[in-house]
Amino acid sequence: MAALTRESLKKLRDSLKKDFNRINSAGKTKVVIGMGTCGLAAGAKETEEAFLEALAKEQRKDVVVSGTGCMGLCFAEPTVEVIVPGMPSVVYGNVDREMAERIVRKHIQGKILVNDHIYDKPSVDIIEELEGN
Amino acid sequence: MNPEKFILVCNGAECRNPGAEEIYNNLRHECSIHNADDVQVIRTGCLGFCAHGPVVKTLPDETLYAGVTPEDAAEIVENHIINGKKVERLLYNKNESKQNVKVDNADFYQKQFRIVLRNCGIIDPENIEEYIARDGYAALEKVVFDMNPDDIIAELKSAGLRGRGGAGFPTWMKWNFTKQVESDEKFVVCNADEGDPGAYMDRGTLEGDPHSILEAMTIAGYCIGAKKGYIYIRAEYPLAIERLQKGMEDSRALGLLGDNILGSDFSFDIEIRLGAGAFVCGEETALIASIEGERGMPKPRPPFPSVKGVWGKPTLINNVETWANIPVIITRGGEWFSKIGTEDSRGTKVFALTGKIRNSGLVEVPMGTTLREIVYDIGGGIPGDKAFKAVQTGGPSGGVIPAEYLDTPIDYIHLKELGSIMGSGGMIIMDEDDCMVDVAKFYLGFSVDESCGKCSPCRIGGRTLYNILEKITTGNGELEDIEKLKTIGKAMQTASLCGLGQTAPNPILSTLKYFEDEYLAHIKNHRCPSKKCKELISFHILADKCVGCTICAKNCPVNVIDGAVREVHTIDQSGCIKCGKCFEVCKFNAVFIK
Repeated sequence: MAALTRESLKKLRDSLKKDFNRINSAGKTKVVIGMGTCGLAAGAKETEEAFLEALAKEQRKDVVVSGTGCMGLCFAEPTVEVIVPGMPSVVYGNVDREMAERIVRKHIQGKILVNDHIYDKPSVDIIEELEGN
Repeated sequence: MNPEKFILVCNGAECRNPGAEEIYNNLRHECSIHNADDVQVIRTGCLGFCAHGPVVKTLPDETLYAGVTPEDAAEIVENHIINGKKVERLLYNKNESKQNVKVDNADFYQKQFRIVLRNCGIIDPENIEEYIARDGYAALEKVVFDMNPDDIIAELKSAGLRGRGGAGFPTWMKWNFTKQVESDEKFVVCNADEGDPGAYMDRGTLEGDPHSILEAMTIAGYCIGAKKGYIYIRAEYPLAIERLQKGMEDSRALGLLGDNILGSDFSFDIEIRLGAGAFVCGEETALIASIEGERGMPKPRPPFPSVKGVWGKPTLINNVETWANIPVIITRGGEWFSKIGTEDSRGTKVFALTGKIRNSGLVEVPMGTTLREIVYDIGGGIPGDKAFKAVQTGGPSGGVIPAEYLDTPIDYIHLKELGSIMGSGGMIIMDEDDCMVDVAKFYLGFSVDESCGKCSPCRIGGRTLYNILEKITTGNGELEDIEKLKTIGKAMQTASLCGLGQTAPNPILSTLKYFEDEYLAHIKNHRCPSKKCKELISFHILADKCVGCTICAKNCPVNVIDGAVREVHTIDQSGCIKCGKCFEVCKFNAVFIK
């Protein structure tokens, strides 16, 4: 990509913002896996593989699986945030292979939440809050 | 029909609230009575707030009910879910919880407030576009085109940000000093040499949001007139290093780092310097020596780095967490920032919550939040419902805060009054099983190992203190040792060359302040009240409880437990290594520690 100027940075940000709107990511389902050192040590790579395999089985190529940094819930790693349009986005903890399969089957396909693994999001999002103002 | 509303019942396996299962069942029952098939009732992991439990949360409207009983289920479903009216009497009272803290627009119940960690757990740290989409590099753009260096310093001054590395020096002053010095060359340094036991706030920030650091350093370069920055990071953080490097490549490719940033005439670039993991290199003069390829040893100040730093040039050094605050202060303004926290300490602080705590993790709270809120509402309390004994803050340079001060608001001034420090943000929770003399010995041992040996108060004083603690924990202590600990400790505080030696005695002095009785029990009665110090305890088998199952004898690694099947066993004290295995494996509570 070419070097940005003030104007082109603004343009780029505006267009990226539309893609990266966390509440309604253009109708996209998103799986965000905590991949800091803590998450990786607890098996986040395997969790990612499990999601990719389970989603492939369901032929859900449209679902975006991505990594992120530490969500702060070290006691419940690996942690995964699941964003499905029309549903509140939730954070699941202790997501091993089996849990990943259940999340795909029930939450992403069945549109219901999965028992016993939901944790609270650590706090409000100050960037999103700013957008709202 | 797919559910559109969700009722979450906190049902953390660790801290299962009384009645949570019944609440769950009743809520489901009530929903079926009302034919509310667009509602899903769900059990969750621990949501925190254990002291106010059981808690119930509704989504998507994010209402939190505390102290819910099974009988409340009908009211919640009928009033809130069916008729859309919140059940006022059960609402979690956020005003009460925020009495010590000012947070602008604090219309939420969560205890945490994330400025430093704003992107951690949200964006893909290796994708610069996601950072840009969340206002990334907006601050850089603003300063380069709309602000002059003095405006930036004025913004930092009104924000009231203080250095998060430990000492709490006002950030704007540090920037201003470095800016004012005339020099042909200046440097910006990010101190990422995080080394306190149990602390990983900076690692989390660097791994989760590397661009926030790069952007902030570039802003500083523009402000003070530097063209080059160094990130000094320990080689033990490979993932953070990898993500920083990827971040630097991406921002160079977009013209956000390097020559002519955003087409302006301002140029700035950053280089990573790897540290070998010496704790003393977190001290700024030792860090500078290490960047220059010298042995990492501190120098007396002044001259301060702002006058004479890297390669003898004016240098601005800030800690990772301080850097991460900068872009937000620029985009949202110093005034917004100054409304968060307390009078003396503005903004938030990230803590690595570890030790005897259920929900360990990285937490970011507004300054002024109480220890009790962190330990019980966020941390979920102590596992096994054991008694909270103390929290250690500030790592080897800090001290302990006992239970009677749990309601102290956390800010620089209050922690200092209690004989501890904010430090970089390690927070280790201790329960009734932790021996305070042993804790002091652990931290001192760390400082002794990490002492660079340049000045004698630290090198000799530290070792001498350690030997005295060793004497006490093995039952050979004498009463005058307590006075010796205090005298040597105070001498080290006064005479050591750098922060490492000056603060190394803090763990001893603060445990002596609050737990002198434990020291005395070791010395006078040769007893360790927490049954931790091996030399002062012994394992025994209670004859009336032992059923002769032989499991202890089978597990004893040194074969000193005797006894036939179905007969009372005994431990041969002369050969016992006090590993505690028998205590762990006994199913009949027949092994006890004296």
